[in-house]
Amino acid sequence: MTEATLKADPKGVLTGVHFIDGDHAACEGALAAGCRFVAGYPITPSTEIVERFAARIPKVGGVFIQMEDELAASIAIQGGVWAGHKVMNVTSGPGLSLMMEHLGYAAMTETPCVWVDVQRGGPSTGLPTLPAQADMMQVKWGSHGDYEIIALSPNSPQECFDLMIKAFNLSEEYRCPVFLMMDEVVGHMTERVNIPPADQIEITDRKWTKKKPGEYKAYATTSDDLVPEMVKAGDGYRIHVTGLTHDERGYPAMDVPNQAKLIPRLLNKIRNNTEQLLDVRMDGCDDADVIVMSFGITSRVATAAIEAARAKGLKVGNLRLIICWPFPVKLIQQLAEKVKAFVVPELNMGQMVLEVRRAVEGKVKVISIPHPGGTVHEPETILEQIIEAAR
Amino acid sequence: MSAEDNAKKGKGTVFVRMEVCKGCSYCIDFCPTHALDFSKEFNQKGYHFPVLNRAEDCTGCDLCGLFCPDFAIFGARWKDLDEKRQQAASQVEP
Amino acid sequence: MSESLDLRLALAETELENPVLPYLRQDRIPHIWCPGCGIGSVVTSFAEAVRRSKLDRDKIAVVSGIGCTGRVAGYVDFDSMHTTHGRAIPVATGLHLANPDLKVVVFSGDGDLTGIGGNHFIHAARRNMNLTVICVNNFTYGMTGGQVTPTTPSGANASTTPYGNYEYPFSLPFLADAAGATYIARWTSLHSRNVTQSIEEALKHKGFSFVEVISPCTTLYLRRNRLGDGVDTLQYYQDNSILKHGADTRETAIDFQGKMLVGKFVERQKPTYLDAVNATCAKLIGDDYQLYGKTPPEKEAEKKAAAKGKKKAAK
Ligand code: SF4
Ligand code: SF4
Repeated sequence: MTEATLKADPKGVLTGVHFIDGDHAACEGALAAGCRFVAGYPITPSTEIVERFAARIPKVGGVFIQMEDELAASIAIQGGVWAGHKVMNVTSGPGLSLMMEHLGYAAMTETPCVWVDVQRGGPSTGLPTLPAQADMMQVKWGSHGDYEIIALSPNSPQECFDLMIKAFNLSEEYRCPVFLMMDEVVGHMTERVNIPPADQIEITDRKWTKKKPGEYKAYATTSDDLVPEMVKAGDGYRIHVTGLTHDERGYPAMDVPNQAKLIPRLLNKIRNNTEQLLDVRMDGCDDADVIVMSFGITSRVATAAIEAARAKGLKVGNLRLIICWPFPVKLIQQLAEKVKAFVVPELNMGQMVLEVRRAVEGKVKVISIPHPGGTVHEPETILEQIIEAAR
Repeated sequence: MSAEDNAKKGKGTVFVRMEVCKGCSYCIDFCPTHALDFSKEFNQKGYHFPVLNRAEDCTGCDLCGLFCPDFAIFGARWKDLDEKRQQAASQVEP
Repeated sequence: MSESLDLRLALAETELENPVLPYLRQDRIPHIWCPGCGIGSVVTSFAEAVRRSKLDRDKIAVVSGIGCTGRVAGYVDFDSMHTTHGRAIPVATGLHLANPDLKVVVFSGDGDLTGIGGNHFIHAARRNMNLTVICVNNFTYGMTGGQVTPTTPSGANASTTPYGNYEYPFSLPFLADAAGATYIARWTSLHSRNVTQSIEEALKHKGFSFVEVISPCTTLYLRRNRLGDGVDTLQYYQDNSILKHGADTRETAIDFQGKMLVGKFVERQKPTYLDAVNATCAKLIGDDYQLYGKTPPEKEAEKKAAAKGKKKAAK
């Protein structure tokens, strides 16, 4: 894939060192990445992101609107994309549930957009002000039909900034919804955030076509590049965008051959690039007996537990997922050849652990450390399971 | 009388794309001068389509065109048509 | 076939085409709508209105939701989005705010616009968002088989009210008016010339403009209520519509097969959403504010006016 790489527009980059929380850092990441339009709807614990956007955007040059509900917010942003903007959608669990149809619309119409989910305890209204990581499966499977998304998981305000930019870049590269899977703790934790100068921030431009109206087909792809080129409304291309199964021109074509062509392409443009989309942090995994796999806020607790286990002389690897979806199946399979067990703590009753089990196919032990949410794990709980796994 | 003169009996005329007509009869029933009738023939989809049986009555008002839900008919005044033809002709001979 | 018919067909092919066709994706016609369905007539009026308005058609975008009317976006040759059920207005809002140079037109049916999409309808009207909304109101959900909608007259039969509709319907002009729309007209699909004119006015109106077109659903609503065919319905429209420009929208309710007020009910000026954004931010943020959504000449003019104001104040 050959996207033009640009430097960030300095207007949106608040270069310097800041002490801000993850929500605010995420907003700055979006502004740095070139997001100039947000249609939002308030929901705890994500609201600070749109509040900051509403305050900052008039001076940066762009527009914010608070919509009447989450359904409106999650699709108004997609209108914004087809008029040429980079956009984000910000919410938490209950809002995300309402937005699921439009997740499918973005996947089907290949509308690049970033979705921020500041996770809180569920189901239903659950724990509005307390953390969870229990939407991991929802973002992957929550909209009907088959689709693929990308999901990133930050564990600090600095990463909320950095990974937000990465999320925007990936959404342009793959033309799919990209999730930033924050949680209440990361969102409300204040830490040092270093925002670099604009010329040190790389931005992936939209995959604009060079073809003229008449030559351009909205959803035409080649065998070695499954991501179609894009245009925007108002440029004379007279595009048609529909959530119906469509042909290369974008026109509704509701039959088996078109479905058989479109759906595998939507999946494969991401599945075929699972290797490129591998983003993990590994520490001490080479000679480990036990590997602790974690992501987001839980990785910080896990690291404390791992260090305690190492102090006891155990060989424990620390594997942290930055990109959770697509899941790094191959990597887990390779590691499964070498280790005795995986330990998977997460702030849910056992979601990503299912992926680990699927990957290792019963070859080694996989120990889940579930948590119903509301707070984080105790490091001791994780430590106990590491010791158990190493036996 | 040539075919054209014959057709030019009224102030205007209609153009029918009979293959897309769905035979709803709006043009026929709401033509202000009742110039149209259904054809005896069927089109490919099995509908009767409008024919200008009383060409002398057609004013080319295009009300049929505005009513037609299928973009199958429109009316025009001979005056405008002749103008258009002349324009087209003058564009051809430079 | 008569000689004169042959001649006319030849003329049609060689010299002239139906003036509507350039505004349609001709490779997608014939459309899916039933014989006599009023949606096509409204599309014709829309095309004619665009032609007359002399607006740059490549700066017009058409958005629709789901349902029979929802298919309009796929047939008209403009930038177009066929969205999810009820959400045409939010998409249109996104398109418009992201590129205020676009004139965004929503085509929607009564169920899509005022049932599942009702919340968006009133809020876009409340904000005076600069959009044109055309509602083809045929009192039924056509695509799914003739169910009751928020506009189905009391007493009318629908597949989900087989014993007659016992709910009170919305009158859409009243709803739009109460919510804050600044242009409101209602016609029937028989009033093609008026529909055309109203759509042209709506396209040129600054703010939330709403054109309702009462229209026959021949296959479901008419058949289920034994109202004859499309011609009978157009005849009913002719006999029962009462022209009353500027009518109080509280009087616009429609009873089953009763009289209907038609006309241009509301036309007023009020700052649009973006006007209000710009006015507020310019006042409170001052020079740091980046005027949004103004064309460069508009921005220039505003700067000049501001500079003049300052000079005067200095004197
Ligand atoms: S109005 Fe159109 S579809 Fe109906 S009969 Fe006339 S030409 Fe045919
Ligand atoms: S079902 Fe009704 S609304 Fe739908 S196309 Fe047929 S006549 Fe029109």
